[in-house]
Amino acid sequence: MTTLLSSDDVRRAISRIAHEIVERDHDTSRIALVGIRSRGDMLAKRLREAIQKNEGILVPLGALDITLYRDDLTRVGNAPIVRTTEIGFPVDDRVVVLVDDVLFTGRTVRAAMDALVDFGRPRAIRLAVLVDRGHRELPIRADFVGKNIPTQPTDDVRVHLSEGDGRDEVELVRAAVPA
Amino acid sequence: MTAAFARRHVLATDDWSRDEIELVMDQGAAMLEVLGRPIRRTPALRGRTVVLFFAEASTRTRVSFELAAKALSADVVNITTSGSSVEKGETLLDTVRTLQALGGDILVMRHSASGAPYFVADRVSGAVINAGDGWHAHPTQGLLDAFTLRAALGDLAGKRVVIAGDVMHSRVARSDIHTLIPLGASVTLSGPPTLMPLAWRCGQAPAGVSYEPDLDRALEGADAVIALRLQRERQEAGLLPSLREYAHVWGLTEERASRMRPGAPVLHPGPMNEGVEIEAAVAHGARSLIERQVTNGVAMRMALLYLLAPAAEVAA
Repeated sequence: MTTLLSSDDVRRAISRIAHEIVERDHDTSRIALVGIRSRGDMLAKRLREAIQKNEGILVPLGALDITLYRDDLTRVGNAPIVRTTEIGFPVDDRVVVLVDDVLFTGRTVRAAMDALVDFGRPRAIRLAVLVDRGHRELPIRADFVGKNIPTQPTDDVRVHLSEGDGRDEVELVRAAVPA
Repeated sequence: MTAAFARRHVLATDDWSRDEIELVMDQGAAMLEVLGRPIRRTPALRGRTVVLFFAEASTRTRVSFELAAKALSADVVNITTSGSSVEKGETLLDTVRTLQALGGDILVMRHSASGAPYFVADRVSGAVINAGDGWHAHPTQGLLDAFTLRAALGDLAGKRVVIAGDVMHSRVARSDIHTLIPLGASVTLSGPPTLMPLAWRCGQAPAGVSYEPDLDRALEGADAVIALRLQRERQEAGLLPSLREYAHVWGLTEERASRMRPGAPVLHPGPMNEGVEIEAAVAHGARSLIERQVTNGVAMRMALLYLLAPAAEVAA
């Protein structure tokens, strides 16, 4: 097990991404953050606080559950739990920044984009992730990345956030080498 | 995280645990949010077929299931007995086998014979949802009533719910009891002795259920009331003297409803006989959750279709 990001690294990454989001779309009144459950929504909340600290503006915040949009629902044994989606503002003409913890195959992000456009027509959708571990299966890339980490497809990237896991840390667990 | 919902069919909730009921209610809450979106549709059941087989009259339950299936992008096939080969004498089993051969993954059925969905569930590979069988059970109504009550009252543990009217012939009453009791609520039944199951009015009611023949006394301090539809045929059968007398003694009036705790809600499974079992002023008044029940019904049926879909796939 290797630590990829320490608690300080996570804090710095969020702070930097908060600046980058505003640099990219100067008009902060158009920006909204939507976190993908269950850790993306925690990161989105932190990004919102960081943007408020830097710019003095509280951007709209939402949380998205993508379960009903997954492309593998017919392949799973039991139905995955659907958690509530909370998007309490009109997404029309907003620059919506989707926030997730790890970008891997890209399938979650695809599902999140499908879900988001059911709420309206955003001016643009951007993607912010704490970790990009590669191995995309869809033509998707992140606009804002905390850290790029080369991995094996079988590796396990574990994100811990203090809101739910008691501490901030990102770990890499290497797949067991076959004997 | 996957749901701990291991059932293949939803036939009755009489053997459901509190955890299962709460799981379905929590999923219903997530589905309710979907119904509030500008586009009320998600792709979860794309490519699946839900067959609605209603061998007994129904508008709201059938439409509710149809909207639920469509909100999950399932294909919906409607079969009613009038105008189908059931009129030509086809047996129930042949009808459902044919429906299954046509590719139905989930069969939603209503039948006048108690137990019919069990008979079918044993003989088809897909999932079966009971949308009402005889006097026996109407599990989706019980779940949506519990869901509506939980949204209004919070945790139902320790709450007392009155079920008023024709309990004997009511599958809704049975399913309400089988959903509310595991959630920790108690139920007071009230209605004419002729419309009460004999054992239940003679002290043999299930745990948590009691009978109080005086509706005023039953409502005193109650947390909610569910008024049941009075079927007019019951008078012809000699079970009550007249609808007028029934309305006078058993009708839910504002005066009676105000005996409950302040703000205690009123539910009714519909369709209502206004002026018989419920006064119009109560049905459309501030306490009424009757329209909310309709919306919640779609959400709860979405939750059940969603939870059953993986099992239906494996079996097909």
